[in-house]
Parts: sequence; C-alpha cells; structure tokens
Amino acid sequence: MQAPRTHHAPLTAARSASLLGDFMSGTFSKSMARNVFYGGTAFFVLLFLALTFDTQGALPKRDNRDKLTPAVAAGKKIWEVNNCIGCHTLLGEGAYFAPELGNVYKRRGPDFIKAWIQNQPTKVPGRRQMPQFNLTDKQLDDLVQFLKYTSEIDTNNWPPNIEG
Amino acid sequence: MQYKSQAVAKPYFIAAIGLFVGQILFGLIMGLQYVIGDFLFPAIPFNIARMVHTNLLIVWLLFGFMGAAYYMIPEESETELHSPGLALALFWIFLIAGALTIVGYLLLPYARLAELTGNDILATMGREFLEQPLITKVGIVIVALGFLYNVSLTVLKGRKTSISLILMLGLWGLAVFFLFSFYNPENLVKDKFYWWWVVHLWVEGVWELILGALLAFVLIKVTGVDREVIEKWLYVIITLTLITGIVGTGHHYFWIGTPGYWQWWGSIFSALEPIPFFAMTIFAFNMVNRRRRDHPNRAATLWALGTGVMSFLGAGVWGFLHTLAPVNYYTHGTQITAAHGHMAFYGAYVMVVLTIISYAMPVLRGRAANSNRAQVVEMWSFWLMTISMVFITLFLTAAGILQVWLQRFSSTPQPFMVVQEQISMFYWMREVTGVIFLLGLAIYVASFFMKGEAAASVSTTSGRGEIGTQTA
Ligand code: HEM
Ligand code: HEM
Ligand SMILES: [Fe+2]
Repeated sequence: MQAPRTHHAPLTAARSASLLGDFMSGTFSKSMARNVFYGGTAFFVLLFLALTFDTQGALPKRDNRDKLTPAVAAGKKIWEVNNCIGCHTLLGEGAYFAPELGNVYKRRGPDFIKAWIQNQPTKVPGRRQMPQFNLTDKQLDDLVQFLKYTSEIDTNNWPPNIEG
Repeated sequence: MQYKSQAVAKPYFIAAIGLFVGQILFGLIMGLQYVIGDFLFPAIPFNIARMVHTNLLIVWLLFGFMGAAYYMIPEESETELHSPGLALALFWIFLIAGALTIVGYLLLPYARLAELTGNDILATMGREFLEQPLITKVGIVIVALGFLYNVSLTVLKGRKTSISLILMLGLWGLAVFFLFSFYNPENLVKDKFYWWWVVHLWVEGVWELILGALLAFVLIKVTGVDREVIEKWLYVIITLTLITGIVGTGHHYFWIGTPGYWQWWGSIFSALEPIPFFAMTIFAFNMVNRRRRDHPNRAATLWALGTGVMSFLGAGVWGFLHTLAPVNYYTHGTQITAAHGHMAFYGAYVMVVLTIISYAMPVLRGRAANSNRAQVVEMWSFWLMTISMVFITLFLTAAGILQVWLQRFSSTPQPFMVVQEQISMFYWMREVTGVIFLLGLAIYVASFFMKGEAAASVSTTSGRGEIGTQTA
C-alpha cells in the first residue's frame, strides 16, 4: 500500500452553494445551536423521567413482586455471585453462549434444573461446558425459586416460544 | 506539544493499547470456545473469559477517554493542567486496581471473589458489564472524581471552548450514570430497568458527547477549518443524539416486564438514533473536504473519517436493523445483538480513541506526525482491523439470522444447543477473521516502533481539497 497523496481541487461554485455550506455559513449561529441543545435535552430528560415515573407505578401489576419471597431474593444473589449471566441470557439479556433461562422453569421444571446443575460439567468432549458451582440443597432451592419467579414476570409474551 | 502537562496523556494511551491487546486475546479464546466447547475448560470458563473481554474493553476505552481529556483540555483551555502529579497518581491507581481485578477474575472462583470483596455488604456483582467487585467499583468512582476534579479546575481557570464544555458534560455524565451500578434491587425488573441507565445512557447518550468532542478536536487540528463551524456542527450532532437517545432507552424495555407502551416510545425514538451518527459521518467528510491545510498526519485523518463511517454502520445501520419492537421480538438476545455490539463499539468508541491516539501520540513524542513508513503501516492496520470487524459482523449476522429462523420463527422451533451446532460454520469464520483482526492489531502496535524520517511539518494552503484521494 502506498502512502496516500493529497490533491487539491479549486474552490468550486457548486460546492460553496451546497446545502450544507448554506447551513453552515447561514443565519443559524453557534449560540442558537447551543440553546437548542440545552432546551431539547432538558425537555427529553423530563419526558423520560415522566415515563419512568409512570412505569414505576405500573410495575406492581407486571413484575410478579407478590411472589418475591426471601428465597427468591437469595436465589437472585446466587445467580449473581456465580455469574450465570456470563453464559446465559435472562429475559434476553446477558451472554449468547448458553440457553435462555428466563423461561427455563416452564421448559424443564424444578427437578430437572436442580439435577442439571448438580451434574455439571458434562465433560462431553468438544461440547460447551458449564462449571460445577458446588451449591447446597438450600441454594439450589432458592435458585429454582428465583427462576420460577422470573418465569412469571409479564414480558409481553416474550420469548416467542418455549425454546427461548 | 503546547503545554508540558499534556504529557500525562502518554501513559494513558499506552495502557489503553496494552489492554486492547488483552481484550482481543480473550475474544479469541471465547471465539474458540464457541466451536470447541471444552477449550481451556475448566481453567478459563466462558463466563470468566467474557468478563475479561468486556471489562478490558470498557477499562481501556476509559483510559483512552482520560488520556484524551488530559491531552485536549490544556490545549483547549490554554493553560497547564491543574495537577499533573494527581493525573499520574490516578493512572497508577487505576492500572493496578484494574489489573488486580482481572487477576481476581482469572484466579478465583467468582463466588469466592464476591465473598472476599464485600459483595455481602452491598450486592452489585454478577450483572453484565458491571461484574466488578464492590471495591473496584468504589475505586472507579474515586479515580473518576479525582480525574474530573483535575480537568474541571483546568477548564475553569482557562479559556472555555464548546469542545471542552461538551467533553466535560460527557465525562461528568459518564461518572454520574455509573452510580446506577450501585443500585441492585431484589426486584429483577427494576434491576434491569436501571441497569440500562448505565449501559444505554452511556453508549447512546453521554459517551456520544465524548465521541463528538474528540472527533471535533482532531478535525480542527487536521483540517484547519474554523472552530466556529466545527463547534456549531458539534452542537447539532449532540442535540440530535440526546433528543433521540434518551427516550430511545425504551428499545430495551420491550420484554423485561415493563409496560407495553415502551414498544412505541422505544421503537420510534431509537429508530431516529441513526440520524446523529449519519450527521457525524457527513460532518467528518465535509470538514476534511473543506480543509485549509494538509496536515502531515494522514493516518489520523483516516481514523477520523473511519470513525464517521463505521459508527454509522455499526450503531446506526446495525442498530436500526433490530430496534423496532416487532423485529426485536425475534432477534432479542441472539447473535444479531452480538454482531451489532461488536461493530458499534468498534466503529464508534474504539475508532475514536484510536483517532485521538493517532493524532496526539506523535506530538507527545515530539513530532507533528510519524514518518511516512510508520503511517503506511498504521494505515494497513486500520484497514485490516476495520475490514475484519466488518466481516466478523457479517458472519455473526448470518449466524443470528439462522438462529432466529431455526429457534424462534420456525413452526417447529429447535432447542438452543441444537441450533448452535447447526450454525457453527459461521462461528469458525468469525474466529478466523478474529485472527486477522489480531494481526491488524499487532501491525498497529508495530507502527509505533517504526523508524524513518519524520513527515514534513504542517503546511497551510488556501484552497479546498477533495477527499477522494486522501485515503489510499
Ligand atoms: C476480534 C476478535 C474478537 C472476538 C473473536 C470476539 C468474540 C466475542 C465473543 C465470543 C463474545 C461473547 C458473545 C456471547 O455472549 O456469547 C464477545 C462479546 C463482546 N465483545 Fe468481542 N470479540 C472480538 C473483538 C471485539 C472487539 C474489537 C470489541 C470492541 C470493539 C468487542 C466487544 C465486545 C462486546 C461489547 C461484547 C458483548 C456483546 C453483547 O453483550 O452483545 N469484541 N466477543
Ligand atoms: C455507539 C453506539 C452503540 C453501541 C456501542 C451499542 C452497543 C450495544 C451493545 C453492546 C448491546 C448489547 C447489550 C447487551 O449485552 O444486552 C446493544 C444492544 C442493542 N442496541 Fe446498541 N449500541 C449502540 C447504538 C445503538 C443504536 C443507535 C441503536 C438503534 C438504532 C441500537 C440498538 C440496539 C438494540 C435494539 C439493542 C438490544 C438488542 C437485543 O434486544 O438483544 N444501538 N447495543
Ligand atoms: Fe440502546
């Protein structure tokens, strides 16, 4: 590859009359642009805060908080400190290396989930491996409770089917 | 270099590049684990490699932003940095804390790391991108405060330009929104809702202000176009960014338990988010076309133009691809997301940091521009990395389309793991392309060690140029 050379074209009438040129040299000044920036940003920050406020009010009917027991909270923490999100998605967010778990309770049920976690890694050669987390029975139960609670959140019908 | 204290930027840039190399190595490990599932297992499970990959990315971009600010602010403010000593001290604190965190990820089981670092006091770990132990998060806040104190005082005592003002807004915003990483309610829906106040309001909000400021600064330097014109553009671009991007957060509120009206707000506003990215592309090309001088650092100009194009493709086009709710219903959390995440992060933030490094590093090393040979090598690395990233994105998009088809759209949906097996060919192609990316990065690093006669100093001409021949 060669070092590029720069070549200069003369100033053309066509270019200086371009739309962008007009915009740039026209009557729209920098201080007007700045005022539009502050005004526009302030307006949309307020709109976003208003929508957030409304969402907070609407969540109790959707986020399954009635079932948010201490076991669920403990399960969420187990989910977090083992960094499950580093391989799996949960409600479609996370990593894309391993299956969606937001609906795994419905797909597999509690017993399968516990047995699965206990039996890792599969050690099947060449297959993607999940670590052994050495969870106690209580921790497994809490985790399952968390996944059950998650599967009952109103997600506007997502995922499209049980495979997640 | 106009001000002695700008020199503190140099270690920041060097660290950024070093961590970038680490990021890519872990990307390649994961890429291989995608097809040879037990590769390096159990020494480095996938989730650990992923944390290292993404956290290194964020940390090296932060090093890049801070280095950029330390370089730009004295020059914009026309005064020395408030405290170069503080800047250097914070550099070492940040680097050592970052390195210890990565070592912790690699050597300890994550649950043990959580236990040792105070996660029981305040549980913040185990959420994507925010995996850092509590003490690291607190450390990040302390470093950020010290950094902001240092540059803010510099701005206050000197000339106040629009570029420095917008850069400061972006950097303060970055720090403020990071505080939401300490909010982790037991309620999963609320957790997810405010998690996006860090992630989305960073990359599609305040970081874009930083991006615009860096790009504008370099464009003023390499084109000699009037500051008034460039700063007016900058205001227009960031206005478009925030009026679309703030409510555009709603494109993450479709399926996580939030009300259905977000499908309208999120789709409509985020569909407009490509506009500021498009404006940025036009801006970069327009300014280079109107240039009043031929800066000898052509590599920096190439990076600046590349940022314009690639951020529009990655964030604008690939973002739009899956941002409308009816489409996102099928693509949410698939390889389509990964494809977009890669090209957007590369095209916008990686490239803008490499732009400012390309412009500033030669100056920090006592010359207007590197030798012709070094620039040619740097431009080779530009093309290798950029074209590789385009292909990585295309392969992941192909994988994603098949994944959606087989697992989500079909009338006989197949299980996740079964589908993954069927699309493994595309993962192989991604991995091979990733190796070429690494080669490009190696060449990039090598360009810093190229000798040769320094290019001529800045020449000023009165005519306007054409960009057609600017890039080889
Ligand atoms: C070139 C070699 C690279 C390879 C092989 C690679 C591979 C990967 C893999 C396998 C993942 C995990 C996907 C999953 O969760 O299942 C990932 C995630 C990610 N990588 Fe890379 N990567 C590379 C380069 C990069 C670069 C240059 C950037 C930044 C510009 C980057 C940014 C990211 C981000 C942001 C994520 C998280 C994506 C998301 O959550 O959607 N990667 N990468
Ligand atoms: C430079 C700017 C941008 C960057 C760095 C970026 C990066 C990312 C990343 C890393 C993710 C994955 C997050 C996760 O792991 O869950 C993501 C998701 C997403 N992005 Fe962007 N993005 C940018 C701009 C945009 C724009 C402008 C749009 C829309 C036009 C957009 C639309 C989306 C959508 C819809 C998702 C969610 C995908 C899903 O449902 O799985 N992004 N982005
Ligand atoms: Fe977003």
